[in-house]
Amino acid sequence: MWKRPWLEVLIGLLLVLGGCRPQETSPVRPLEVQVAAAADLRYAFETLRERFEAAYPNIRLKISYGSSGQFFAQLRNGAPFDLYFSADADYPRRLIAEGLAVDSSFFLYAVGQLVVWVPLDSPLELASWDELAEPAVRRLALANPRHAPYGRAAVAALQVLGLHERVRDRLVLGENVAQAAQFVASGAADAGIIALSLALAPEMQRRGRYRLLPSDAYPPIKQGAVVLRRAAIRPEVWALWRFVQQPEGRAVLRRYGFFIPDSTAHADGKPWTGLPPG
Amino acid sequence: MDWTAAWVTLRLALWTTGILCVLGLPLAYWLATTRFPGRGVIEALVTLPLVLPPTVVGFYLLVATAPERPIGQMLAAIGIDRVAFTFPGIVLGSVLFNLPFAVRPFTAAFQSVERRLVEAAWCLGVSRWRAFTGVVLPLAWPGILTGLVLSFAHSLGEFGVVLMVGGNIPGVTRTLSIAIYDEVQALNYAAADRMALALVGFALGVLTLVYLLERKGLRR
Repeated sequence: MWKRPWLEVLIGLLLVLGGCRPQETSPVRPLEVQVAAAADLRYAFETLRERFEAAYPNIRLKISYGSSGQFFAQLRNGAPFDLYFSADADYPRRLIAEGLAVDSSFFLYAVGQLVVWVPLDSPLELASWDELAEPAVRRLALANPRHAPYGRAAVAALQVLGLHERVRDRLVLGENVAQAAQFVASGAADAGIIALSLALAPEMQRRGRYRLLPSDAYPPIKQGAVVLRRAAIRPEVWALWRFVQQPEGRAVLRRYGFFIPDSTAHADGKPWTGLPPG
Repeated sequence: MDWTAAWVTLRLALWTTGILCVLGLPLAYWLATTRFPGRGVIEALVTLPLVLPPTVVGFYLLVATAPERPIGQMLAAIGIDRVAFTFPGIVLGSVLFNLPFAVRPFTAAFQSVERRLVEAAWCLGVSRWRAFTGVVLPLAWPGILTGLVLSFAHSLGEFGVVLMVGGNIPGVTRTLSIAIYDEVQALNYAAADRMALALVGFALGVLTLVYLLERKGLRR
């Protein structure tokens, strides 16, 4: 038989549980920085996060990884990120031009490199790039060139190497370069053109091998970062912005195969004033 | 296990179910008891999310709720100044997308209530509201519960609309299904596995509950 109290209990429970929020009134809530990071930074930034949070125990980094172009579109629509690490220099500059990012916050934090990556059991020896057009490569994974800088660089490299027409029908496009890496690491694709920073991660090294593509085969992947205007008055955002440019942050990026541009916007060792520059 | 994502997911499912209960029950009762020319269109609209790709629902939601549009301004008036990349935004998307999962079982449940019993209650001098709570609700209860449980379970696993409207923001819009997607991209299969298993186990439990309830409803 039906017992009416059940209905009230259920509805009451839904309203109570649905309405409550965790720890929002806790007095010692750590400061949070919402970071939008290009997918090639996925492993490097996990290490960077550990170092940063050790140096600044009261700041927590909340990092989302994705394709730079998608973040650009989201940021233009008001996505709540504080700091944006793109895989190119163009998207951050356009955010500045649109008045969404702080002009003086732009800096090049890394130059990325491309590799061809194959699983451990692949018949490919990677002795010559023509191997990519062999029948053994039924699926070649790239990031989507429409919104991922690494995808654009990979297509440029294929064109320079004279392979693009030959492999065009076999390309599988990841939403971002980390998904392209996952396609090939899982064996769904036979080879992939991905970021060196991903290939150097232990998760990838366990599963395959890679060879660097010649750096003259594609335009240099200059990666720029900006602070979003909505976050410009928050010192914790600038703490991360500075950390990436300091020796400790740069060492992490270097470890993941990035070249570090010498002329970052602001030199190391400049005292932190607590105020945004400019 | 990403407990932050689990908490976001649970809150999303509870809000979705709660709102669907408040909005869906009157809508379903109206659909079940009223005859009018445009009814088919309304029913089609309610069922539409069932056949539409979530990307379509998400896309229209983003376009319709842009701050310069009327719906965006209406939402701003009730304190939701932005739908994209916010928790209220994914609740809104989830409510729209789960509408058929709640309203269709509700409607079927109300339709199955013997009309004569309701009319008999009216003839006995009971108010319409008392007849509804004392006769209709008890009889339609298993179907209503089915609708609530189904929409709750379905919104736990919602992916497309949440990704489209919410992005992938930890602690705000990253639900378990999106955390799984994220962990797979990070080649962290162990973490993805744990969360996927939790969702499978939960969904199986919920569906078993639904069928047990349905059987109970039939037996009566």
